[in-house]
Amino acid sequence: MSVLHIVNRSPCESRSLELCLARAAAGDTVLLIENAVYAAMRDSIAARQIETALGRIAVCVLEPDLAARGFAAAAPLEGIARIDYAGFVELSVAHRAALSWC
Amino acid sequence: MKFAIQVNSSPYQSQASATAYQFVETALRKGHQVVRVFFYHEGIYNGLHDAASADDDWSIARCWSALAKDHDIDLVLCISAAQQRGLPVAETAGHTGKAESNVAEGFHLAGLGQWVDAIITADRVVSFGG
Amino acid sequence: MNKNVLFIMRRAPHAGNHAHETLDAVMTVAAFDQSVRVLFVDDGVFQLKKDQDPAAIGLKHVAPWFQALRIYGVHELFVEAESLSERSLGEDDLSLPVQLLQRDQIAGLLGSQDVILTS
Repeated sequence: MSVLHIVNRSPCESRSLELCLARAAAGDTVLLIENAVYAAMRDSIAARQIETALGRIAVCVLEPDLAARGFAAAAPLEGIARIDYAGFVELSVAHRAALSWC
Repeated sequence: MKFAIQVNSSPYQSQASATAYQFVETALRKGHQVVRVFFYHEGIYNGLHDAASADDDWSIARCWSALAKDHDIDLVLCISAAQQRGLPVAETAGHTGKAESNVAEGFHLAGLGQWVDAIITADRVVSFGG
Repeated sequence: MNKNVLFIMRRAPHAGNHAHETLDAVMTVAAFDQSVRVLFVDDGVFQLKKDQDPAAIGLKHVAPWFQALRIYGVHELFVEAESLSERSLGEDDLSLPVQLLQRDQIAGLLGSQDVILTS
């Protein structure tokens, strides 16, 4: 059964995203929220890690957190899905367990 | 689906409690049930009565209180975490209400057993902050 | 109902009372007859470093808290091998017997849990 990984730290501040990606199983979902949304930007410090993981793992970013930080109009990395809070709730329903890498 | 939610950060420290609030509000709106929201570690600061802020100031405690009132959800501040952080908690707190005067409306103090009970009852457990 | 509950410890010791409170939660979940496991990764492996002497910094020993887990029937303690090696630590440096997992084995452990709580 799959796991929803929730990451909330900026990739510039913390290795949480990198370590989460290394420990996630195929079929898991990684959701970037709060300061972790900076990782979703093209050419971010985490862009390569995310691109390598995509295909094996689904990656989503929380839209209201992008907007709050001035990135509503910015295009995230290709392959990252933008979701709202309703999408966050749906992801937590669809996965057996949620893990906050805070 | 039944959710149990844990909030571990203070609203003065991170966005985590605001995210938790949005999640819970959305889950309820989508027809899900929230068995309990358990505030642990620094999360207990979400449920303290903020006497200092003016009425027109936004306050996470007031948002949670309103949600509890509208949806009858159980907001629990961990009693041992609250005691550790200096919240005056009398042995009779639950009965007199007096010692809970610092606790915002809709919240109450209870032990970790209430959290385990929520974990066992819920279909999904989501924690915020840490 | 019995659930698989995994606690993940990711923080170093002597940084507030987070670890102590997390262990209170571990022991409470265990007392309710749930299947409790604890995984130490990242700086969390420092919690188990033996020979800690916090007297000079005015803080308490953490080892007794972890040793108490056994009394509460929590026997499944996992440590990620890479988290140790990245910190120049080996299994011999730990204060408790643990099961070592490679990083690529962590996904399997996570996938078998009903509830995962991090600290």
